[in-house]
Amino acid sequence: MEMITGFLTSPMIIELIWTVAQILAVIVPLLIAVAYLTLAERRVIGLMQLRKGPNVVGPFGLFQPFADALKLLSKETILPSGASKAVFVIAPMLTFVLSLVAWAVIPFGEGMVIADVNVGILYLFAISSLGVYGVIMAGWASNSKYPFLGAMRSAAQMISYEVSLGLVIITVIMAAGSLNLSDIVMAQKDMWFFIPLFPMFVIFFISTLAETNRAPFDLPEGESELVAGYFVEYSSMSFALFFLGEYANMILMSGMTTTLFLGGWLPPFDWPILYLIPGPIWFALKVALVLFVFLWVRATTPRYRYDQLMRLGWKIFLPFTLIFVVLTGGVLLGFGLLPQ
Amino acid sequence: MSSLVAAARSFLLLEIIKGLGLTLKYLFKPKATLNYPYEKGFISPRFRGEHALRRYPNGEERCIACKLCEAICPAQAITIESEPRPDNSRRTTRYDIDMTKCIYCGFCQEACPVDAIVEGPNFEFATETREELYYDKEKLLSNGDRWETEIARNLAADARYR
Amino acid sequence: MIAPLFFYLFAFMTVVSGLMVILARNPVHSVLFLILSFFNSAGLFVLLGAEFLAMLLVVVYVGAVAVLFLFVVMMLDINIDEMRQGFRQHLPLGLVVGLILIVELLMIFTQDLSTDNVLATNLSNDISNTAMIGQVLYTEYLLNFQVAGLILLVAMIGAITLTMRHREGVKRQNISEQNSRTRDETVQIVSVDSHVAPKVLDDSRAANKRLQ
Repeated sequence: MEMITGFLTSPMIIELIWTVAQILAVIVPLLIAVAYLTLAERRVIGLMQLRKGPNVVGPFGLFQPFADALKLLSKETILPSGASKAVFVIAPMLTFVLSLVAWAVIPFGEGMVIADVNVGILYLFAISSLGVYGVIMAGWASNSKYPFLGAMRSAAQMISYEVSLGLVIITVIMAAGSLNLSDIVMAQKDMWFFIPLFPMFVIFFISTLAETNRAPFDLPEGESELVAGYFVEYSSMSFALFFLGEYANMILMSGMTTTLFLGGWLPPFDWPILYLIPGPIWFALKVALVLFVFLWVRATTPRYRYDQLMRLGWKIFLPFTLIFVVLTGGVLLGFGLLPQ
Repeated sequence: MSSLVAAARSFLLLEIIKGLGLTLKYLFKPKATLNYPYEKGFISPRFRGEHALRRYPNGEERCIACKLCEAICPAQAITIESEPRPDNSRRTTRYDIDMTKCIYCGFCQEACPVDAIVEGPNFEFATETREELYYDKEKLLSNGDRWETEIARNLAADARYR
Repeated sequence: MIAPLFFYLFAFMTVVSGLMVILARNPVHSVLFLILSFFNSAGLFVLLGAEFLAMLLVVVYVGAVAVLFLFVVMMLDINIDEMRQGFRQHLPLGLVVGLILIVELLMIFTQDLSTDNVLATNLSNDISNTAMIGQVLYTEYLLNFQVAGLILLVAMIGAITLTMRHREGVKRQNISEQNSRTRDETVQIVSVDSHVAPKVLDDSRAANKRLQ
């Protein structure tokens, strides 16, 4: 008995429990946010199309996500006979896990971060570049033509837009002088980066749209030609994992936009009274704003054609961001604005 | 100069911003949605819904088993058998409509000389099994009893165009 | 206590997935195991305190290079039995290459690898190893770095010139030209007099000619 209590109170175990508690404190609200993001999407797009959206299940349709989840879970899991079984099963898990793992480095408030890594932004970038594997594996393992074509498109698209995403991140790093996300937020105390780096902010946002396969770049799941893209063959829980992963990725990308350009947990003005509202609330508000723009854009724009998408990524965003990287560096150096 | 303006317009994403403004305006407009199970839209008196067999006000069924509806039905959904009753009046012993065959063309009610078979205003008769959609005479008559007020009103409203 | 545990985990996974790269029957599975092996070596880098290198490994190798591998392998229709046929025939060549690699590795390991001889070792804690790498890369190894960049540039231009060809007589879309069209250039309002149809036809034909 003493051994057990001694084991449980040893510093290592306490640290472990504390970390697990932190992780739960991030993941549980995140999953609830994902659930309500699906509802918000349907409501907002409905309202913009002069419809009302789901409003029957529970007050204002608030229980709709849970009804959907129940429906999905009660469906049959189907494994196509020609599928590569292990890869087929791993792909949705990978997508879902990657969309959650990245939250480890996002700061929600001053010091409120699970892992305050030195290279936090590179970690985020690395995790988001891994997201493409879930898609490719799903498309290939399904052993069917629509998923395969959808996966091809999706992978090509994600890789193309990662390039401009990376270059935009470089301008932010230059302006902040650090790879640590908390430092990047603190560097925005005087002025949020979206003001001096406004063109980069716009390009970053558009690239995140492409990176998360959202409208108008949602052609991997172009219903009219590819049915549902890479997750055609998925059903039940594995489909739900893809779905959750996609929406968690949207929230992640909004969190990234907030951290890099919208001052993270900082209030909009440097007034003491605004600091009474805790940082995580400011952070959540900003993320919600960016997510609203995600939905707004989806309700507004038609889908891009594939070659136009590639043209936009390689012929416009890449040169433009490259020029801006040089320009930012030049201005920072020339006017002595370099941090440190 | 004009090409410069065009380049500026496309780089400033002017058209996309215009489009976003439009959708934002629509976000606050009154909605066109009808909360269907709770609110229902207007239905024309000529609406062709679920079938019903009517009766005279004294309770006597109208159908005289002339089989005109059976003859005209393009989907051959109607089956009628008839026999004289003890009082020598000609009546149906069987009047079946296969609702899964019916195309709701309304020819049966046009053909009927006594306004016995009509298509009422009811369109919410979905069932869980196909068997429930094979309507027999009893079901059709009970439909007629249930919807008589609406059917009579619709027929009256449409009478002068016939 | 946890760090060695993770070291053995990552090392074990790296070796096992490296073995699976050559043992897996399906080439796509091989590439997937290669990715797993990359990923685990990134984990080893993190344990060494070289988190910048670890992230670069993931971003560059796992995020970009391996995706292209996967693309190519997925597109190929590979028959494994056919591939196995030349196995014995090429065995001596493979053994020679393997031998050379082992000798090279032995030569590296017999050298002095203590921290004094490695420039980018993090000796002090007040400077991050990212900055450390930058300081070495852009001073000591500037020439090598630039030459490497030039070689990559040449390779890139070479690949582009080899694959790019403009075929004659192919209709192409000029998107910027389309985008820069204005309403006045493309839409004309013609008031149609319904009684004199032939004249309207002539008018619109003339207008079309004008637009072209």
